[in-house]
Amino acid sequence: MTVKTDTNPTEEKRKQNIPDERGYYGSFGGAYIPEMLYPNVDELRSNYLQVIESAEFRKEFELLLRDYVGRPTPLYYAGNLSETYGAKIYLKREDLCHTGAHKLNSVVGQALIARHLGKKNIIAETGAGQHGVATATVCALMKIPCTVFMGSKDIARQQPNVLRMKMLGAEVIAVESGSKTLKDATNEAIRHWINHPDDTYYLIGSTIGPHPYPDLVARLQSVISQEIQSQLINQEGKDAPDYVLACAGGGSNAAGAFFHFIGNGKTRLIGTEAAGEGVDSGLTAATIYRGTPGIIHGCKTLLMQTSDGQVMEAHSVSAGLDYPGIGPLHAHLHTTGLAQFLPVTDTEALEAAQMLSRAEGIIPALETAHAVAALSKLQFKPDDVAVICLSGRGDKDLQTYQQYFQKT
Amino acid sequence: MNALQELFQNKKQNLLSLFFTAGYPQIDSTAGIIEASRKAGIDFLEVGMPYSDPLADGPVIQQSSTVAIANGMTIEMLFNQLETLKEKTSIPLLLMGYLNPVIQFGTEKFMEKAAACSASGIILPDLPIHEYREEYQTLFEKNNLSPVFLITPHTSDERIKLIDELSNAFIYVVSSAATTGKQQDFGQTQEAYFQRLKAMNLKNPLIGGFGIHNRQTLQQAWQNLNGAICGSAFLKKLATAADAGKAIEMLKEDLGLN
Repeated sequence: MTVKTDTNPTEEKRKQNIPDERGYYGSFGGAYIPEMLYPNVDELRSNYLQVIESAEFRKEFELLLRDYVGRPTPLYYAGNLSETYGAKIYLKREDLCHTGAHKLNSVVGQALIARHLGKKNIIAETGAGQHGVATATVCALMKIPCTVFMGSKDIARQQPNVLRMKMLGAEVIAVESGSKTLKDATNEAIRHWINHPDDTYYLIGSTIGPHPYPDLVARLQSVISQEIQSQLINQEGKDAPDYVLACAGGGSNAAGAFFHFIGNGKTRLIGTEAAGEGVDSGLTAATIYRGTPGIIHGCKTLLMQTSDGQVMEAHSVSAGLDYPGIGPLHAHLHTTGLAQFLPVTDTEALEAAQMLSRAEGIIPALETAHAVAALSKLQFKPDDVAVICLSGRGDKDLQTYQQYFQKT
Repeated sequence: MNALQELFQNKKQNLLSLFFTAGYPQIDSTAGIIEASRKAGIDFLEVGMPYSDPLADGPVIQQSSTVAIANGMTIEMLFNQLETLKEKTSIPLLLMGYLNPVIQFGTEKFMEKAAACSASGIILPDLPIHEYREEYQTLFEKNNLSPVFLITPHTSDERIKLIDELSNAFIYVVSSAATTGKQQDFGQTQEAYFQRLKAMNLKNPLIGGFGIHNRQTLQQAWQNLNGAICGSAFLKKLATAADAGKAIEMLKEDLGLN
């Protein structure tokens, strides 16, 4: 049996989780790009749906998801957590995907699209390095030269992933501009694309960027919520949980975990944002709380900016959430009340990482720990079913964990 | 008719324009640059509004934006500076920048202020054509401002024709598939691209930019198009010259114009 994916949901759901033809979720989204990017983005826009809905793509994608990524990932009933928090708590084990995070789902799909479009090179941006590793991995598999842009601050704090990318044969370019984190890695990847338009595919890691990227990444990651749905039927006899919890920087694992439950009237969708040292501290990445509507990296969304419209630098202990924007789908879900976003501080996330490690024997990524931390912020009823998207594993963060717990 | 449209009626060839970032190198450099440009016979100017994340720009313009923002430059301040200059200067001005600061300033207010400062046009490279037609076109028209769109060697003929239709001052011809300030000489790709544009018989003048930095690039733009814009090369001179007048002199020397 291969993994059955459903990247083209029904008309009814289309209203909630799929943008209109120009890429707008309500008032968020679109493609605000200079003309230099237009031909490449337009080529992708006019091809992506047709490609991902083709039988040929689905066959290859589903086979790779099963045999290479390792899907379906388990939906694990976390008994100890359930006892502590007084609800039925499940962990969707994306950390068990090959390369250790959900990122590979979208990378496999996008690499197949790049090959279909005849692209000879793949570039990517990365924050924590998970998307960079996933991209380097699939590029090795498909023999496509790979260049990853990573902020120099992130290179320093996510060394294991830098070493993995190099081991896989990717070129890692250290970005020294601006905040030296994900925002600037994205800027440099886009600039590289402008300078190499002919044969390069830009493989964006999150539900951000100009249309069609947010929709493309959400659809490719939607395998997560689709599996949760069918696994819950077997394990709980219901097709929708009461809660889905996921962390959101740009928002790819949250988009994937929410996708089939958006607007169903049954499931409370909870996104957690990195509050850094606190939403009012000035050192935060809580875009939903601190952000206002504007344009970042080619889409209209919520972002943290000055009153003059300059993009502010984000702060989070977690490199993968250290981003001053959020995907337009999430800005829309927040604005319409279809999802709720909670801020989680650096300290809360670090404590949650240790708590999960000790409670279930699972060391989560720092990003993921932000979702786990939301457990103590919610009031559950005993028969509530809550699913946490366990987006990634924590090997890359051991140094940060060790430093923090040595101090405390 | 705005000042820029008037200029194009009277001068069809060998136009030279400069781009500079407002607030660079000093917060109050704007007046000196505009005055020196007028004296040096520069035909028109693009005043760059600094932005924290300039996607289409190379290191030189990025650096100038970072410095300008650190100097405290804002759109509000730029309008205040331009307001005091408008009686003194006859050189047509365009404002150029990214869309987000304009939206935060308030699009309608921005257009009105731009017109009040005697600007002739606005260049917002990340404003999509569809959104321009839906939300911005009437504001441009109401304030007698010309929209300027970019085309590149990869822009299709069909899209160039659409842009020609929407434009009423000039079309900004991006010389090559590159961010600003890539210092390479033009070759056969540019020649073929310029020839293709010539053959299209567009109604708007064509002004070439991105990469104009020496005699060869300027001459190739002038021979094939109506004029050229010099940005990064000018900013580099501004960084080292004693004043704007000297910077323009040095630039003209590089361009083979002295």
